[in-house]
Amino acid sequence: MTAYGIRDARRKIGVTVGLVLLSSIASAQPSTPPAPYANTQLADPAKEASARALMETLRCLVCQGQSIADSDADMAADMRALVRERIAAGEKPASIRDWLVARYGDYVTYDPPLSGVTWPLWLAPIVLLAAGGWIARTSFRRRGR
Amino acid sequence: MIAEAGLAALWFAGALAALQLALATIGIARGREDVTAAVRPVAIVQGLLALLAMVLLIYVFLDSDMSVKLVVENSHSAKPWIYKFAGAWGNHEGSMLLWVTILGLAGGAVAVFERSLPERTLVATLGAQAAIALGFYAFLLFSSNPFARLSPAPADGLGLNPLLQDPGLAFHPPTLYTGYVGLSVAFSFAVGALVTRDVGPAFAKAMRPWVLIAWIFLTLGITAGSYWAYYELGWGGWWFWDPVENASLMPWLAATALLHSVTVLATRDGLRAWTIMLAVVAFSMSMIGTFLVRSGILTSVHAFAVDPERGAFILALLAIYIGGALALFGARIGTVRAGTTFDPVSREGGLVANNLLLSVILGIVLIGTLYPIVAASFGVQLSVGPPFFNKAAGPIALLLVAVMAVGPLLRWRRDDARAVIRRSLAPIIATLLAAIALLFVRPGILPWAGLSLAAGLAVASVAPLWKRNLRRTPLFTYGMVVAHLGIAVSLAGMASDSAFTQETLVAVRTGEPARVGPYSVTLDGISPVIGDNWSALEARLTARRGTSARVMHPQLRFFSNPPTSTNESAILTVLDGQLYTVLGQPDGQGRWQLRLWWKPFVTLIWLGGTMIALGGLLSLVGRMRRERRAAMREYWA
Amino acid sequence: MKRVALWAPLAIFALLFAVVVSGLIRPAGTTIKSAMVGKPLPRFTLPPIVAGKPGLGSATFAEGQPRLLNVFASWCVPCIAEAPQLMRLKALGVPIDGLAVRDTGPAVAGFLRRNGDPYARIGSDAQSAVQLSLGSSGVPETFVIDGRGIVVKQHIGDIRADDVAGILQAVKDAQ
Repeated sequence: MTAYGIRDARRKIGVTVGLVLLSSIASAQPSTPPAPYANTQLADPAKEASARALMETLRCLVCQGQSIADSDADMAADMRALVRERIAAGEKPASIRDWLVARYGDYVTYDPPLSGVTWPLWLAPIVLLAAGGWIARTSFRRRGR
Repeated sequence: MIAEAGLAALWFAGALAALQLALATIGIARGREDVTAAVRPVAIVQGLLALLAMVLLIYVFLDSDMSVKLVVENSHSAKPWIYKFAGAWGNHEGSMLLWVTILGLAGGAVAVFERSLPERTLVATLGAQAAIALGFYAFLLFSSNPFARLSPAPADGLGLNPLLQDPGLAFHPPTLYTGYVGLSVAFSFAVGALVTRDVGPAFAKAMRPWVLIAWIFLTLGITAGSYWAYYELGWGGWWFWDPVENASLMPWLAATALLHSVTVLATRDGLRAWTIMLAVVAFSMSMIGTFLVRSGILTSVHAFAVDPERGAFILALLAIYIGGALALFGARIGTVRAGTTFDPVSREGGLVANNLLLSVILGIVLIGTLYPIVAASFGVQLSVGPPFFNKAAGPIALLLVAVMAVGPLLRWRRDDARAVIRRSLAPIIATLLAAIALLFVRPGILPWAGLSLAAGLAVASVAPLWKRNLRRTPLFTYGMVVAHLGIAVSLAGMASDSAFTQETLVAVRTGEPARVGPYSVTLDGISPVIGDNWSALEARLTARRGTSARVMHPQLRFFSNPPTSTNESAILTVLDGQLYTVLGQPDGQGRWQLRLWWKPFVTLIWLGGTMIALGGLLSLVGRMRRERRAAMREYWA
Repeated sequence: MKRVALWAPLAIFALLFAVVVSGLIRPAGTTIKSAMVGKPLPRFTLPPIVAGKPGLGSATFAEGQPRLLNVFASWCVPCIAEAPQLMRLKALGVPIDGLAVRDTGPAVAGFLRRNGDPYARIGSDAQSAVQLSLGSSGVPETFVIDGRGIVVKQHIGDIRADDVAGILQAVKDAQ
């Protein structure tokens, strides 16, 4: 659609813009590279799967509702590094989660632990099913044979 | 000028809604037929005026009129025209105007097309619709004016959020809103029926097409939204149980239950109270969702920029509408409950189980979504996310799938349990075979159950066609078959994605291959690219599998208005899955970060969603055809 | 179904409504407070990041005198705004140590040159490991730690002029 000359000029502009942008994204962020295990997988696939499962349940503290597995934020990267390093060292996912909860409270985990505040939440499915069953029974009792 | 005309159209529409409500109330209370006759035309004009206001807002956006505050805050003259057009509803005020427009048009459509209801009930329905519209017109005009001016007009606008600059913005909101604002018709029908005490098969037959239309659009809107988030956000996920996502799922769950309930009422005169209650709940969920998304009460990547004052306004509207409808239910439903009786083991019984399970899932999603607010009032900050919802709603959804498989095989009114088991033998065997076969690949327990039940459901959904004359089978039976099969397909996709996705994160140099699933992906180079209002660094990746090699171009895209960067993923779709690639940051040593996923059969999720909507469409057409044929037969008799 | 049960939906709605109203009135707020307040400071040792300034270890905080631990970075804009307040606190005799998060030597040196240097020691927290172990979720944040190594107070965000009095009081109470 564009003439060849214009495309060539655009490419030149593109290169300049690209380099400028590249350097600008570099300077607007912390000047240190991300932690080694932030974006690198563990060598052992079972451990990596376990780390990944845990990362998907931990909340990014500086985002608008994302897990640390899905976030591009630096703090999320550091938390991923922390998770992977500890799993590689043999720690259990539950203990890593407990460590983070001891620091940030229940907000940091998407899997609310059963406690005084959360028991109605976890009990709700059972209560709802029971209520449903009761409604069904009364629906039939007058009507059944 | 144009903006003022739009505002004037909106005021007129609001005035007409008030008039519509007054005429309906007086006409019914005093039994004045001359008054009620005016309600239909008023409803039609009201809808058209709201549409006019929406069209004028879109015009103002397309024209990049920077004297209008909304345009300044959400648009930019350098944007492609499609994002100026769709950007009109990519913000709170504009999307609220879209909401109200669809509400008005839905009422107008009822006024034009609804001929089978008794006039009194129809007028009550239009009155209820006007009452709802009135509150939301007031909200728009007094608290979220889309046509507010900005003086002096700036040279250019702030631009549209780059994540929204995508064809998805042109498709997803209008479709979704037609769905869940369309449920207002069901709500109004229910209120109208309670007011005139006219709940019966005729009422259900009249309401059914409206429910189906809203439900089809809602299904498509949710499916499209899921796919859009999947390819746009760059993390390979398609559902996060985010509050805004839940806000669209809850009306869908209620509408699905309503859909089944209204058929029982139409054909067997059963489940009267259920049908009315579900119709009220479905639109109530829509309104609650609208509130949650705009009040700032819950954090979400999808939420609008918000304001607790506006939240309070909508909350007041909710109290009036939902509280009013539920009070009317409590007062009147005792006098309309009746209907035929049925045995627990029967199709009606299966449909009651269906309603109940859907309501339980709805309850779980609602409680999970609102729970952080409850906890905050006790001073505790917590998060409720996918681990809770999957664990709590997942097993119940699988139970529902089992009911869905057996349901269509049940007879009406009374059936024999042993005969049912005999009829269900093929699906049961399919489930068991799948379960055993899957043990060899060792998926997690929920995906394993999901895939096995999907196999059973797939067999069960085509079972009603077995041994039938396929040319004489009614179209709406095909609708049921296709819709249920769509659920099986979608479930298979979800389970497969959950169990078999493989991910590779690497930092590679040019020429270094990376393996993911059956693919070997090599980075050939990075080049800068310029688009309409963005510039990007584009990677050229070659993905090899066996003898085939395909080229993919994921990008790191940079926008200037507003200044942000996004990941544009490159996806390769093949018959047995998708290869999903994302370009990350360079590490300063000549290596580039790549995120690669191999997702087997993930496309089944959205293919299934489309099949579900298609099934609904077949049902709609089939029912309307049958009703027209019955009407013709009566006419000629 | 009994008559009472027919009013159940309205009752449930009223309950939900009350929940939501309470949420609107008392918004939860988006700042995440550290759960380490009142608990002992986790053990850590961090290398120095600028020449001439020693690195930071948790042992420093158990030497009997309350100290401030300021979590900052050269790339953090509000840190520039709070620098004068930190200098004020230092002038008032409060010992301040810094935790430089995801930062490099030259960048920190430049930051201190431009904005003043209130720190006795600065530790380099390249992977935010110590920041995470403190329950801190952003920069800048300041922790008041008493002489026995217990975290007594967390101040989230930059220290404004009117926050100085509160922090001084917390330091005095921790004596």
